[in-house]
Amino acid sequence: MKFFYHLGRYLILMGQILKKPEKASIYRSQIILEMDNLGLQSLGIVAIISVFMGAVVTIQTALNTDHPLLPRYAIGFATRQSIILEFAPTVISLILAGKVGSRIASEIGTMRVTEQIDALEIMGVNASGFLILPKVVAAVLMFPILVTLSMFLGIFGGWVVSFLTGVMPVSNYIYGILYEFAPYDIFYALVKTVVFAYLITTISGYYGFYTKGGALEVGQASTNAVVTSSIFIILFNLVLTQLLLV
Amino acid sequence: MIKVENITKSFEGVPVLKEVTTLFERGKTNLIIGQSGSGKTVLMKCLVGLLESDSGKIMFDNLDFNKMSFADRRIIRKQLGMLFQGGALFDSLTVEENVIFPLNMFSDLSQEEKLDRANFCLQRVNLDNVNHLYPSEISGGMKKRVAIARAIANNPSFLFCDEPNSGLDPRTAIVIDKLISEITQEFNMTTVINTHDMNSVMEIGDKVAFLYKGELWWEGTRFEILDTDNKELNDFVYASELMRTLKK
Repeated sequence: MKFFYHLGRYLILMGQILKKPEKASIYRSQIILEMDNLGLQSLGIVAIISVFMGAVVTIQTALNTDHPLLPRYAIGFATRQSIILEFAPTVISLILAGKVGSRIASEIGTMRVTEQIDALEIMGVNASGFLILPKVVAAVLMFPILVTLSMFLGIFGGWVVSFLTGVMPVSNYIYGILYEFAPYDIFYALVKTVVFAYLITTISGYYGFYTKGGALEVGQASTNAVVTSSIFIILFNLVLTQLLLV
Repeated sequence: MIKVENITKSFEGVPVLKEVTTLFERGKTNLIIGQSGSGKTVLMKCLVGLLESDSGKIMFDNLDFNKMSFADRRIIRKQLGMLFQGGALFDSLTVEENVIFPLNMFSDLSQEEKLDRANFCLQRVNLDNVNHLYPSEISGGMKKRVAIARAIANNPSFLFCDEPNSGLDPRTAIVIDKLISEITQEFNMTTVINTHDMNSVMEIGDKVAFLYKGELWWEGTRFEILDTDNKELNDFVYASELMRTLKK
């Protein structure tokens, strides 16, 4: 029953955030600000994780597929497919759910408990739209860029580890990452990313917006936002994979 | 003018407001007083639309707020200013940006005109050279003044203040009280203040409404309050040793 209560309230909130903005120019500048807060400020962590993730995937694939019947370039191929199809869109989105989701929930939650949201509503501002919509738009625009960058850096990480450790010949790795490349895989990954961006920002916004109490409840809202976003990312990952790839 | 007629409000079956009827007049400082839990905050939240009353009427200059659609309420809300207990300033904005915020949202003024208006409001609350500071960088009293400046930025017709001098030293509290009273007369606003501070009552209470257990128990002026024989009100007014000594 509690699930349906939250689902209903979440859907009502979605209806509210999509109402016509009071002033489009204010929302535009908020979107730019959020693109920096949610997107650009996540570049560092995305870059570091992607490079190391690509390197580790390459080493593990190389060590676990050491078979005379398997061509060496298959390691590069497997690395590319793993990164493009799963690691970049899903793992990076899970990381962002932690970083961005907790930020959104705690920011909006703090605004709620310090009556800043009440102040907006009394002024006649659609508080949910003003606070959540720019974050949703910014994330939907920025996360695909971050994930695309993550794909490049992940594959680059594999190349670096091949070059530095000699776990496999670099020429084989390059052949592997170019082998039977299907642009549709990128489309699939970016569609997933957009859906994940929407889920992270709206779920986190929901928990923040309905925070009640004080500092303890803001912390709980932040934790709930990350946990729920992560669960829904995993769930939608399965659904979208079934819909788009199978 | 705000007319309140038979407002009731319950939470999970527990009545918090019982048939409250009163009138808050324009150009006057109207105070709602009462003990903690008497329903002051709930009444104010009903007045500004943060809570829906279960029954009754709230009339803003003869417009029935409870019967209005969401869109119509927004028109009224643009005429409301509110000073929250904690100030409720936007942490991520500077003092100047906080005051300009309602103008950005609802006015078509040029940037220069908005800045002029913000500076006028800040000067009106006796704040200089704080435009570019963040709320975390100013004192509690200054935060309240910035909040007043933000509340009056859009020339509201109605000003609501929830415990405006809580957490302030007595001297600053009187400054804030007097400021609200002056602004009320200067801009001819209907001001409603929630307080349990008897200093405020005696300083600025043009009209005082006393709530007791969710009911409007007494109303009158600050001068009448000292001579009333209402037991519950007297218990509230003369709760402190200081007031009892003064009475003697």
